Amino acid sequence: MANPPTVQSPAHPSGDNRFKLLDRAITKHHGRGDALIEVLHAAQEIFGFLEDDLMIYVARALKRPLSQVYGVATFYHFFRLKPNGEHVFVLCMGTACYVKGAAAIQDAVEHRCGAKFGETTEDNKVSLISARCVGSCGLAPVAVLDNAVAGKLTTESAVGKVDAWKRSGEEVAV
Amino acid sequence: MTIEDLRERAGEERERQGKWKRRILYCSAAGCVSCGSKETAESLKQSLKTGGMDTEVEVVGTGCMGLCGEGPLVKVHPDDVLYERVDTSAANAIVTSHMMRGEIVSDHLVDQTVPFFASQVKVVLENCGRINAESLDEYLAAGGYEALGKALGEMQPGEIIDEVRKSGLRGRGGAGYSTGLKWGIVQKAESDQKYVVCNADEGDPGAFMDRSVLEGDPHRILEGMVIAGYAVGAQQGYIYIRAEYPLAIERLRLAIKQAERNGLLGNKILDSNFSFRIDLRIGAGAFVCGEETALMRSIQGRRGRPKPRPPYPSERGLWEKPTLLNNVETFANIAPIIRNGSAWFAAIGTPKSTGTKVFALAGKIRNTGLIEVPMGIPLRTIIFDIGGGTTEGTEFKAAQTGGPSGGCIPSAHLDLPVDYESLAGIGSIMGSGGLIVMDSTSNMVDVAKYFMDFCVDESCGKCVPCRVGTAHIAGLLGKIVNKKATAEDIGLLEELCMMVKATSLCGLGQSAPNPVLSTLRFFRTEYEELLQPVEGFVPTNGERQETERPWP
Repeated sequence: MANPPTVQSPAHPSGDNRFKLLDRAITKHHGRGDALIEVLHAAQEIFGFLEDDLMIYVARALKRPLSQVYGVATFYHFFRLKPNGEHVFVLCMGTACYVKGAAAIQDAVEHRCGAKFGETTEDNKVSLISARCVGSCGLAPVAVLDNAVAGKLTTESAVGKVDAWKRSGEEVAV
Repeated sequence: MTIEDLRERAGEERERQGKWKRRILYCSAAGCVSCGSKETAESLKQSLKTGGMDTEVEVVGTGCMGLCGEGPLVKVHPDDVLYERVDTSAANAIVTSHMMRGEIVSDHLVDQTVPFFASQVKVVLENCGRINAESLDEYLAAGGYEALGKALGEMQPGEIIDEVRKSGLRGRGGAGYSTGLKWGIVQKAESDQKYVVCNADEGDPGAFMDRSVLEGDPHRILEGMVIAGYAVGAQQGYIYIRAEYPLAIERLRLAIKQAERNGLLGNKILDSNFSFRIDLRIGAGAFVCGEETALMRSIQGRRGRPKPRPPYPSERGLWEKPTLLNNVETFANIAPIIRNGSAWFAAIGTPKSTGTKVFALAGKIRNTGLIEVPMGIPLRTIIFDIGGGTTEGTEFKAAQTGGPSGGCIPSAHLDLPVDYESLAGIGSIMGSGGLIVMDSTSNMVDVAKYFMDFCVDESCGKCVPCRVGTAHIAGLLGKIVNKKATAEDIGLLEELCMMVKATSLCGLGQSAPNPVLSTLRFFRTEYEELLQPVEGFVPTNGERQETERPWP
């Protein structure tokens, strides 16, 4: 298919070395346009979210129209176009969790944070994200708190965690 | 590497395992890890070391052991003792009492004679919870890659397809199309390049079967895919897996590397003339990508938008080439079928739905977790014997299968045998295997609205009936839930559901109204209780009969 990309400048003009990591991921897929989703995964892992500049960079490297890159990035829920807050509260809204009261937890957490799921609190402390299903249905209701799965949640334990985050930013176990 | 080398390695591994006095297996699948099974394993190892027993007892992480609600789970071999809720202090107790003195710790003991274990038949999950998912040797010792050796060494592609066809295996993704027929179509298609794709985009909320198989026995999927590749004449395979399953992705990556290093993937597999590669493709959180044409678009790096069928993927799929697309569980069944023969497989289950089915039990049920049962087993057995009934003694109301594409099965139909035709007959589907139990505290209108909101979110937006129709159905349901609807709205709701079902482009839209239609059919009174009173309206009582009109 296509040749490897021609973007291996020694450093990105911005001096940001993370682009070198991204270049490596692009080369691994031989700069093929059909690896777009893989490359966006790598980009999000390296940079945390997909900034406009980053999408332009990926589009050029893979020789794809920017519209396609933007289209893919916005189509899939997994890609974020905005940075997350300090802490991330991913609430599972799968059927098992829903039947076991995830909606009440959602309401309580939204109320306490003053932000809806899909948003970040104003003080940038907590991002609220709802997941389709994290696959730990045996432990419903489940949330993923800063990448650690917390099962058998109650509204109290969920709100407690958010409070702890809002107070300090220190890790506190539920 | 040849098949003889494999057998030698398997023998060495069995010998190595036999040298340990005892082996402690702990569940390292996602469910138990989130209950702290890694800490449990650490303290097991630590206590063994302190007690000077670390040369006699081996501690091994395995895949899912099934009883996910009671984790972390720990199993002791060769005593065949299973412990539940093993925290670090229980781990110490197991070492000091069971390992040192041979006394079983009764506080955490699980009775394995109860129906939860006794009623299960393990084919797909035979290695899950028994072997270390990260060790190729342990898979070999459990008879792994024997089927591949047999297929490549003794069988022609046509013979393999015949075996799969005769076994009666049907697609485990939910639709239930004959796997053998599908393989035959791809084999007969003429092309310079063909592909084999494994659908591991387990999108149904409440389902975790594929995840457990991939986390607990990844080599089984690779073996099934290589056999499929040989049978249909493909050289390249893809596994499309959800990004939400990081542990499964990690284990698959490792398994692919191990298989490549040992001549089980790549060029000249097992010294034959057959070459096959497998690449992973990570999904990015779109439910519609479980639909086969959308999935293939996604593999090609595009937005996951479905295409009209035909042409079916088996004629024109990835990059317009013939593509064989099967679910994880379907591929997991291939190795045992080749190893034990089609007659053995066909003897399990019912004549039309052969084999077993893995279900993920969740919701208001006592024993949540992963089970595998023969097809045709009554739903009552699954929920009350295996599942232990509802939690806290509340009354069973309905079981939901098939997620947002399926329907609810009320208590009146509990004796229904679980097979493809019976479930379809009452407006539900087998689905991929999520089984959510609801009790008297669950409101069915609310549940229907939950699924419809899900479909509104996940509709890709390509076709109008799905994009606009689902939003309107959700709006009507919202009106009903908020007690602002009249009887007229229910008629409108039904009409809209029929329209979306009949005119949507892909499976997502065609099946999106199922949860609404199914709850309307069996729990109509719950809808009617929420309606605004209208003069002259007579509410029906219970299950409505005239909905038996054929659904398009």
